[in-house]
Amino acid sequence: MSTMTINLKVWRQKNTADSGGFQDYKLNGVSEHMSFLEMLDVLNEQLIKEGKDPVEFDHDCREGICGSCNMVINGRAHGPKRLTAACQLHMREYSDGDTIVIEPPRAKAFPIIRDLVVDRSAFDRIIEAGGYVSVKTGAAPEANLIPVEQDVSNTAFDYATCIGCGACVAACPNSSASLFTGAKVAHLNSLPQGEPERKRRTVAMVEQMEKEGFGDCSNYAECEAVCPVGISISSIAKMRKDYVKAVFS
Amino acid sequence: MKLDPKVPSGPLESKWSNYLRDVKLVSPNNKRKYKIIVVGTGLAGASAAASLAELGYEVETFTILDSARRAHSIAAQGGINAAKNYQNDGDSVWRLFYDTIKGGDYRSREANVYRLAENSNRIIDQAVAQGVPFGREYGGLLDNRSFGGAQVSRTFYSRGQTGQQLLLGAYQAMMRMVHTGKIKSYTRHEMLDLVVVDGVARGIITRDLVSGEIKRHEAHAVVLCTGGYGNVFYLSTNAKNSNVTAAWRCHKRGATFANPCFVQIHPTCIPVSGDYQSKLTLMSESLRNDGRVWVPRKKNDDRHPNDIPEDERYYYLEERYPSFGNLVPRDVASRNAKLVTDEGLGVGDSGLAVYLDFRDAIKRDGEETIRARYGNLFDMYENISDENPYKQPMRIFPAVHYTMGGLWVDYDLMSNIPGLFVAGEANFSDHGANRLGASALMQGLSDGYFIIPYTMGSYLADADLPNVDTDHDAFKEAADDSKNQLDRLLNINGNKTVIEFHRELGKIMWDKVGISRSKEGLEEAISEIRALREDFWQNVRVPGEANYYNKYLEFAARVADYFELAELMAIDAIDRGESCGCHLRDEYQTEEGEAIRNDKDFAFVSAYEYLGVNGKLETKLHKEDLNFEFVELKQRSYK
Repeated sequence: MSTMTINLKVWRQKNTADSGGFQDYKLNGVSEHMSFLEMLDVLNEQLIKEGKDPVEFDHDCREGICGSCNMVINGRAHGPKRLTAACQLHMREYSDGDTIVIEPPRAKAFPIIRDLVVDRSAFDRIIEAGGYVSVKTGAAPEANLIPVEQDVSNTAFDYATCIGCGACVAACPNSSASLFTGAKVAHLNSLPQGEPERKRRTVAMVEQMEKEGFGDCSNYAECEAVCPVGISISSIAKMRKDYVKAVFS
Repeated sequence: MKLDPKVPSGPLESKWSNYLRDVKLVSPNNKRKYKIIVVGTGLAGASAAASLAELGYEVETFTILDSARRAHSIAAQGGINAAKNYQNDGDSVWRLFYDTIKGGDYRSREANVYRLAENSNRIIDQAVAQGVPFGREYGGLLDNRSFGGAQVSRTFYSRGQTGQQLLLGAYQAMMRMVHTGKIKSYTRHEMLDLVVVDGVARGIITRDLVSGEIKRHEAHAVVLCTGGYGNVFYLSTNAKNSNVTAAWRCHKRGATFANPCFVQIHPTCIPVSGDYQSKLTLMSESLRNDGRVWVPRKKNDDRHPNDIPEDERYYYLEERYPSFGNLVPRDVASRNAKLVTDEGLGVGDSGLAVYLDFRDAIKRDGEETIRARYGNLFDMYENISDENPYKQPMRIFPAVHYTMGGLWVDYDLMSNIPGLFVAGEANFSDHGANRLGASALMQGLSDGYFIIPYTMGSYLADADLPNVDTDHDAFKEAADDSKNQLDRLLNINGNKTVIEFHRELGKIMWDKVGISRSKEGLEEAISEIRALREDFWQNVRVPGEANYYNKYLEFAARVADYFELAELMAIDAIDRGESCGCHLRDEYQTEEGEAIRNDKDFAFVSAYEYLGVNGKLETKLHKEDLNFEFVELKQRSYK
């Protein structure tokens, strides 16, 4: 099996206060079957053996579903492959001798913790503001009492599939969290279960998003282009429509 | 030590309702005086935290991840079982109970499993009310699919992302309570020890993973929902951060560990591609609804699978198990994959794979239908393997997936340490020696939404809990222990990385404590584990320092615990001189490779007490006898 040599430029930053900078590394023996994160594992093993600090990055499931990984690769959140989280990216996308630049997602609302690791707790606080149906444990009626049209349920699912990685924020020139927020608003507002809280939810989540320091949406649609699970910007349209309705009704 | 399961008396069908009728309650005004710590925020943790907070308790949650939403429950694909009988195919609470206890090869407690089946329907109701978008039929009602080990269709699903949707439902319920102030959520915090005061669980020690600070947290009770220990094998379908540390530290503080050798090896995963492999990816069992499993009849057949004619394909599950076919339980499917590859019939470069073929299903139902059912799984497969499963069969192989063993709990889901509750995969309670598909989500949510909230009240109503504060000696000692261990790891400064050690440990476990086990192999495993553990503490190199974000330091402390757990798993596998469920001992099988269970000598739960590690792991075995009053023990047959 032939292997590649890859040149890496990786953002290194000790903590939030540190100004940080790029470091160059050369990595030999990279197999095309490796995942992108496995390539970073190999780099880290090499750094540890050299007595240097490994590159910190968030990762967990490595199946593209937990949303932990969110690095920006050659200027693109999650790298070059459409509908693919960084953990599902494989080195077969690259060629021998390529240079790859790896950075954290950059946004005021996502302070850098160390290297590629950022604080995304702002997303939790947006959900906290209203991203739920207020139903206590035990209070639910029999499940089939609420029929939901198949198309409606499928559309709600398409929005609900958001993994909360923050690629949308990283890609947006305004650092807006509109796709993330819109996805949850659109998921719950599409369903009969979400109807009673539709207005309150929409207003609370939009306001929280602004409070966290995310920018507004000006329809660049960069977010949709990088979203690893293909959330549509129609969710933002739905959020705005519901917001206007809620505020002016 | 006497392990009393505290199962209520009476007929099976009324044990739980009698319990609820008689359970002591805490009045609403008093609930707010109690603080409960929930460790882990997956399905069990998030649902327990939300439900306890709704009742009025003060709850604190802890997760090692940056958000509760990222817990590994999120990766569960296929579905969740419930006995709704929406298909009119003869399902019932009894049948779900029976399938689960039989699927577990009669190594679980009847009363717990029956309660699980009873709770199953309420979980679906709860999730639907939260807005979980389950698959639906044209008429707008809920759809079902079939899973292994059952002859009814009772699995509810959200495409191939059921775990994600159920977890987000529980996470959102939890965040709602964070908003009200009833839950204080700590993210990026790792539990490093349990604090036991006068024999009662009264708090935990954590490390703030960002600042490195060791912190003390006191409470009236602790609920551990920290998942399973499959990562002891290094390669598994578990997420990279899934670990046994919280549970193991409780074990070291006195909680007994039950059935550690019961590990589920999932039959349908993407095979290993190289030495750098960091984890394995599951392909949902639901694929076996439509995919047919086969290998070439001829050894070393290097033709493209599409060129192998029908009569030269060995559909070994369909031939050996005509009534269940490709839907045999997971342990049976995994063992048979190993048997055919051991015979030299495996496919792919390594010969360690079998085919899972959708050709006939696509011919029958059309590509669009198959895409609607499994689209995201097919995409995931193509992404990883670079092969198109619509055009050629998938290659799959078994991989470590789930651990049925865990901390011992009684009917109240309380460990033998009063005040320490254990829920979800972290306990041993419901799946016996083998878990059926779509039952993990059910158990996590049953424990969290519908059991812990009641049993917690029962405990607190009776407990005499004097005030303790975090200056207590027990807190100081536990905090010092945690800090000292991390310092010790950092100071070794050897020449082998944590990952190198972990990988070596995993190989010992896979080869000798994996799909099949022999006394001889297990004894070898124990001496190899001991030697490697010794080497670890002499030669590991942990980079950096303890006072900042340092993932490899976290890994090092977890691997240190795996080294002890690994030995316990091998000890348990030797002690259990029978084959049952996932635990196949070479010495106890028929000529066709079917397990021989021994109910006369082994119908018990093995619960180990930790006595220390001194070169070897010192343990003491306690047995909880399993009494089957309501089901007849039969040799499992899926033929």
